Amino acid sequence: MAWYIGRRLLQMIPVFLGATLLIYAMVFLLPGDPVAALGGERGLNPAVAAQIRAEYNLDQPFLVQYLLYLKGIFTLDLGTTFSGRAVTSVMAEAFPVTIKLAVMALVFEAVFGVAAGLVAGLRKGKAFDATVLVVSLLVVAVPTFVIGFVLQFVVGVKLRWLPTAVGSDVSFESLIMPAIVLGAVSFAYVLRLTRNSVAENLTADHVRTATAKGLSRGRVVNVHVLRNSLIPVVTFLGADLGALMGGAIITEGIFNINGVGGTLFRAIQQGQSTTVVSITTVLVIVYIVANLLVDLLYAALDPRIRYA
Amino acid sequence: MPETTTRPHQGHFFASPEQAPLQVVDSIDEGAAPASLWADAWQNLRRRPLFWISAALILLVVAAAAFPSLFTSTDPRFCELKNSLDGPSGGHPFGFDRQGCDIYARTIYGARASVLVGVLTTVVVVVVGGLIGAIAGFFGGWFDAVLSRVTDIFFAIPLVLAAIVVMQMFKESRNILTVVVVLGIFGWPQLARVMRGAVMSVKNADFVTAAKSLGASRVKTLVRHVVPNAAAPVIVYATVALGTFIVAEATLSFLGIGLPPEVTSWGADISKAQTSLRSQPSVLFYPAGALALTVLSFIMMGDAVRDALDPKARKR
Repeated sequence: MAWYIGRRLLQMIPVFLGATLLIYAMVFLLPGDPVAALGGERGLNPAVAAQIRAEYNLDQPFLVQYLLYLKGIFTLDLGTTFSGRAVTSVMAEAFPVTIKLAVMALVFEAVFGVAAGLVAGLRKGKAFDATVLVVSLLVVAVPTFVIGFVLQFVVGVKLRWLPTAVGSDVSFESLIMPAIVLGAVSFAYVLRLTRNSVAENLTADHVRTATAKGLSRGRVVNVHVLRNSLIPVVTFLGADLGALMGGAIITEGIFNINGVGGTLFRAIQQGQSTTVVSITTVLVIVYIVANLLVDLLYAALDPRIRYA
Repeated sequence: MPETTTRPHQGHFFASPEQAPLQVVDSIDEGAAPASLWADAWQNLRRRPLFWISAALILLVVAAAAFPSLFTSTDPRFCELKNSLDGPSGGHPFGFDRQGCDIYARTIYGARASVLVGVLTTVVVVVVGGLIGAIAGFFGGWFDAVLSRVTDIFFAIPLVLAAIVVMQMFKESRNILTVVVVLGIFGWPQLARVMRGAVMSVKNADFVTAAKSLGASRVKTLVRHVVPNAAAPVIVYATVALGTFIVAEATLSFLGIGLPPEVTSWGADISKAQTSLRSQPSVLFYPAGALALTVLSFIMMGDAVRDALDPKARKR
């Protein structure tokens, strides 16, 4: 096991370097000069432009720029935005909101996805199962932003049950609807995963043995079926936490949330390259680490899997 | 009910003697070529209503994409403000949007962008991901170590996030091709993983060893024997992924950084519908419904094909 963890950690290094290099190249090598864009129509004074370039190391060759940026990541000095604010302080403001949102979405999809999936799996082929499957297909097929609008319009504007948008004070109540929208697609995946896995485990030999030795239906389902069925679900949920934080751009836009997604999208539009690179890098690190933890968790949860 | 009749080219027979009188067993033509995986799957697929429903829907959308003028004679770009947000009327079954454009015509003409992006991106992803996955899985060793890490790198960057960053850079030159290239570049890793896994599970099969020992070159073994037998999960994944790419294009167009404004696209129309939702919900309903139905038909098709190819699920 220790050997496996070590190997996985070593494998993370090239992935981390490659992904950060790719992001950096995407933002800084592609056409479009962020410094020139700062001046707007009239253009920037060449001396000022040169000074800004020097300040952000943009006058250096590309590889030197990249190495300086890597050094910045390890010393937690991510530079400043073009308006002079430290990128770390921008991120410190944005991340707590998005983490809250992503965790709420995760709880939503885990609780409702597993519950509906379990019932559907136990009654495979019945009316509830068919309904739930159709609903899950629809949720996957309808784009997130459409679900967002419709929910916002119906629940927020027409019924007035929940606030339509999130303001500067982020309350639990105002995040409920965004969390449901953000977690909707994954909810459908969790549901289908749980359902298939429960239906498969119901016919397993150890479940038949448990029933045969006289255990109650409740105990068989809870201990012998559900626990084993949750292995693929847990691994999916772990990997999804990273994906949810990166996928929050649309949801945060619709509900006007000042989180990572909103900040990132504004930074992309304004050409705030340093902010874009920093936030994207953190998101990618979260994603890589979440995937690593999931792989390790998989080994811990499933006794059949042993890494030599 | 177990199958007791012989199907054409059926190679194997598993029914118990009670269910299968001896003469039926005797009647199997041992000289006939055994049914291939694909012939079997087709036999099974033909009997699934889900397959026919999704195939009909896909055909309809493709027809609308190829020949929109068959479905409507209204120009989607002919808009009169005096019709703004009007309800359905003669010749305009879905009514009008805020600009006074005919919603039905826009919904029909919007199919082309979505279908083109979906199909072309899937082709790019299957070629790039399939090639990388097949090489990594078949040759193993250093090829696998390097290619798998490259796959991991692209996999670590979320598709929509990367697409937004890159599309923002192509402000001046956005068209269907740039969207396809951007989605293709960041969409292939998942398919490469599926292909790699499938190739690895096939490459030690007896018929591959046979091909090798008969003197087939490594490349020929891979192309002629391994890839065709590893294609099933890849095809299933690609069908579902096609729907995902259509959603990704709509998301980009929704954000205003996908297709240029002169291209009629469901994503852009949904984005515009935001402001009219309160007074005329059908402005949102029709493009969103068309988009969802298209994606749904590809997901259902993928499901049907997967079930038909999976012998475990087939017995039901």
